[in-house]
Amino acid sequence: MSAPAGQRPAGSTLGVPQEGAANSTERAQSANTRHPLPREGGRGDGGLANEPSLLAALSAVIRRDLLLAMRRKSDVLTTLFFFIIVVSLFPLGIGPEMAMLRQIAPGVLWVAALLATMLSLNRLFAADHADGTLEQMALSAVPLGVLVTGKVIAHWLLSGLPLALLAPVLGLQFDLASGSLAVLVVSLLIGTPVLSLIGAVGAALTLGVRGGGVLVSLLVLPLYVPVLIFGAGAVEADLTGLGATAHLSLLAAFLALAAFFGPWATTVALRIALE
Amino acid sequence: MNTRLSTRLSNWFGYASPATFYPLAGKMIPWFWALAAVFGILGLYISFFVAPTDAQQGEGYRIIFIHVPASWMSMFIYLVMAFWAALGLGFNTRLSGMMATSLAPTGALMAFLSLWTGALWGKPMWGTWWVWDARLTSELILFFLYIGFIALQSAIDDPRRADKAGAVLALVGVVNIPIIYFSVKWWNTLHQGASVSLTRSPSMAQTMLLGMLLMALAFWMYAIAVSLTRVRAIILERERHAGWVEELSEVQS
Repeated sequence: MSAPAGQRPAGSTLGVPQEGAANSTERAQSANTRHPLPREGGRGDGGLANEPSLLAALSAVIRRDLLLAMRRKSDVLTTLFFFIIVVSLFPLGIGPEMAMLRQIAPGVLWVAALLATMLSLNRLFAADHADGTLEQMALSAVPLGVLVTGKVIAHWLLSGLPLALLAPVLGLQFDLASGSLAVLVVSLLIGTPVLSLIGAVGAALTLGVRGGGVLVSLLVLPLYVPVLIFGAGAVEADLTGLGATAHLSLLAAFLALAAFFGPWATTVALRIALE
Repeated sequence: MNTRLSTRLSNWFGYASPATFYPLAGKMIPWFWALAAVFGILGLYISFFVAPTDAQQGEGYRIIFIHVPASWMSMFIYLVMAFWAALGLGFNTRLSGMMATSLAPTGALMAFLSLWTGALWGKPMWGTWWVWDARLTSELILFFLYIGFIALQSAIDDPRRADKAGAVLALVGVVNIPIIYFSVKWWNTLHQGASVSLTRSPSMAQTMLLGMLLMALAFWMYAIAVSLTRVRAIILERERHAGWVEELSEVQS
């Protein structure tokens, strides 16, 4: 059941200034509440409380987004079922010949994963933008980039990871061998974080913009092309007997690049949207 | 504040103000149109009357005099757009965003022309309108990037936010273009789809190259003239409440 707006665990876990003005005894109980006072306030143990704040804030954001998603399971499940349905439609449209299906399986599964990730992008920032949590995040002492990274990780845990875990079951429908299924899972595990990271930039740019849902697909899908090529290519290389290592390494390189630049670009885009 | 530094900066940034750039652009536009016409006439003359008929491709090859300059411009304009975008984000100048906005439609047009003429050339030469060649595919994606940029900017009502959001998108795109290009290239070699290689072009006749360069210059001048015209329109639209706009003779009449 969806919680009322007031119960969204927004400020309490993030330690934004107003909420964070709680008494200092509570600070010892919840490790993830940031010390609200300026640095001069606590020199001794206060410094210790300040030290892990980045990681604490990161995990707090992740936990909060996961919690919100658990209270509204339908959002996550819709994306998953979209993935399943799209993949299942292809054999109906193309025909049940197993040789053909085996050949198109990597592409179909990856394109469906792309579309499913894209559909879930608008829930990344939209709700927080609507109720003002995002502005509190931008104002909080924790760098916005860290919070954005947390949100992207949570998004991946809710969209990319389930897709990767579900993919082998769907791959069986396409008569993929077990070795190829393993490569498919690995390629999705490496590739879907890149989709979330790039998608976050698009989601931040289209925040509160009219026609945002369609627009984000226009912005993000061309940028997804390299991931699609090497993700599907890895499975295909495995199918044809070439090793998938090269493809997976390139995917990992994309992940490294996207992990570095993605949150930064997203932060810039979010600040523009919040202006 | 250091006065010398500030005057030097104001020299640099003097034309970054729409009010001063508007008349300057107005003065420059006829020159660029004239240059575009001169280069265009020369280039077309050379490409259609002077350049020899290709031994293998016959007369059909002459479409490259449009196709290659259009492809070059489509890529170059994206870089220029990203440059203005970076400048706009970095210095917070209003004009930079307007320049990026005004370049985008011309860039999209060039990308489209490049794809269109490529298809027209491909049908007689390769026997197909389209192959999934690395260059064709990345040009198509470049076209999508332009469309995305235009769509994003037109979806945002506040022009300042539209400029900045577009700038971020242009910069993200410019980082991605080489990645996309090489991905598509490697994808293509793995698939071994197109048997035609564009890179193994035979050494080109001097006159052909000259014609192509002249046409490229003509396209370049045209792009500048058109985007300056467009940026003037954007300035008028956005600054319509400013005093200096109301004093313009073309506005008063």
